[in-house]
Amino acid sequence: MTKIEKIIEDAGAFDCVECGKCTSLCPVAKLNPNFAPRLIVVKAQAGMESEVKSDKDIWSCVTCEICNDMCPYKVNFSGFIQRMRAEAIEMGNSPLCSEAGAIHTMQRLTGKGQKQNRLVWLTNDLRVKEKGDVYFFTGCSYQLGILFKDRAAELKKVPASVVKILNAAGIEPVVSNDEVCCGHDLIWSGNEAVFKDLMKKNVEMIRATGAKTVVFSCAEGFRTFSLDYQDFLGDLGFEVKHISEYLLDLIEQGKLDFKESNVKVTYHDSCRLGRHMGIYDEPRELLKAMNVELVEMPSIREKALCCGVNAFANCSEVSRKMQLDRLLEAKGVNAGVMLTFCPKCLIHYNCLLSMEKKPVELENVELVVGDFSNFIAEQLKGATEKTSVGHENVGQVGNVSNSEAENMKGGE
Amino acid sequence: MTEVEPKIVAFCCNWCSYAGADLAGVSRLQYPPNARIIRVMCTGRLEPEFLLRALELGADGVLIAGCHIGCCHYISGNERAQEKVAMTSELLDVLGIDKKRLRLEWISASEGRRFAETMQEFVKDLKALGPSPLKGGAE
Repeated sequence: MTKIEKIIEDAGAFDCVECGKCTSLCPVAKLNPNFAPRLIVVKAQAGMESEVKSDKDIWSCVTCEICNDMCPYKVNFSGFIQRMRAEAIEMGNSPLCSEAGAIHTMQRLTGKGQKQNRLVWLTNDLRVKEKGDVYFFTGCSYQLGILFKDRAAELKKVPASVVKILNAAGIEPVVSNDEVCCGHDLIWSGNEAVFKDLMKKNVEMIRATGAKTVVFSCAEGFRTFSLDYQDFLGDLGFEVKHISEYLLDLIEQGKLDFKESNVKVTYHDSCRLGRHMGIYDEPRELLKAMNVELVEMPSIREKALCCGVNAFANCSEVSRKMQLDRLLEAKGVNAGVMLTFCPKCLIHYNCLLSMEKKPVELENVELVVGDFSNFIAEQLKGATEKTSVGHENVGQVGNVSNSEAENMKGGE
Repeated sequence: MTEVEPKIVAFCCNWCSYAGADLAGVSRLQYPPNARIIRVMCTGRLEPEFLLRALELGADGVLIAGCHIGCCHYISGNERAQEKVAMTSELLDVLGIDKKRLRLEWISASEGRRFAETMQEFVKDLKALGPSPLKGGAE
């Protein structure tokens, strides 16, 4: 069996009956007439693999998995794309990455063996341990908050917010400076070698802490540990939990109290948490337990719209249109805040919201796209208005203050 | 251990700093030959990725040299560079790479001496820091 045949076999793509449901539902195919999931599978089966591998559109798939979900024969299209991308890279067909690829480089650099300062957000009022039952995987929110300081600076607050919530429930999580990137963007951009290296480092490090449960706020990290890590390593030896599931248990035990709130919130199901992992109810129950008014957009749960970019590859006018569609849905239900657990969704939506020349439909729209964990931390009883870390307000187009830039200037 | 010569990638802007480097050479000023100069039309063209990638590929230090603030050939390109360097510097700190490996200098076309002195200082600083931790050394 050739490598390609193996990929087709593993994805179950031989079961494809060419019904075309995937293409008719695909959000990319709707806007980009050259892209069709069905055609990609059919071509691969017909032995036109080099055509599939060299096609730039293999990077246009947003891996939102609406095709997997709706396929009557359960073809794993996103799994097929993930592995075909590694083949494409080998052929020299690489994606056009946002920020010239700085995000992927940052992620690769976490695993080079130097001593990081990963826990700079850890202030004295936060209680953490070095060994214990509960490990909190901080992910790259903080670093992304630096790289996207003009669009999504609030991401810098996420790790501190999660520790604050867990502390309020009486839990001191383990956090580690030796943690590295989970590798989500790397495996989805075809870099399997570095992904495996990072995976090994993370799993060994977490096992050494003796943790029984690993908690995630980031939807992508959660997916990567739950599915990709277990594909390669089998049983990890610890339980992987998303913070929304984890907090619900704590709330049931009466360990968390929230203050009154009058914001109208809508919840965006990120594809990683929703369609990939099947977590739809927990975030909604969480909002209910917090006494927050939830207004639902027309496309939710399995049919949720996508933020338009995957692994920072091939951001295009198609992505923009997808983002606009989602934001208009949120505007349509008069939500003040749209919450999501995925840091990438947050970046992509805020990228559109903070454009100097916004699409006309978004002018005068007062909508904030915010991080769910930050929101929970702000709603805790006794929490101050804003969490201590981070500076700019959400969605505001921030400029580096001159003094800050001056400080950084050279090694003077 | 014999002292290892640090490798520097220097991004110099076409209008000021590249000419400044040229002047240093024409004036026969002595400075260490550790830098590989990459000419860019404006420092505003630089992305954080270029700086990170240079370090990833084994540079011990990265120098960004452009026109003085207010003198940019494209009005405000150097201000953009300043912002991006500040951002990259903050990121390097979190990644555990010494910020001193990234250096931003304003060198005009008439400042050949300043270019030579910058090079001497930077090489001295980098030798004190030792090889980049991304090459397997510890920091």
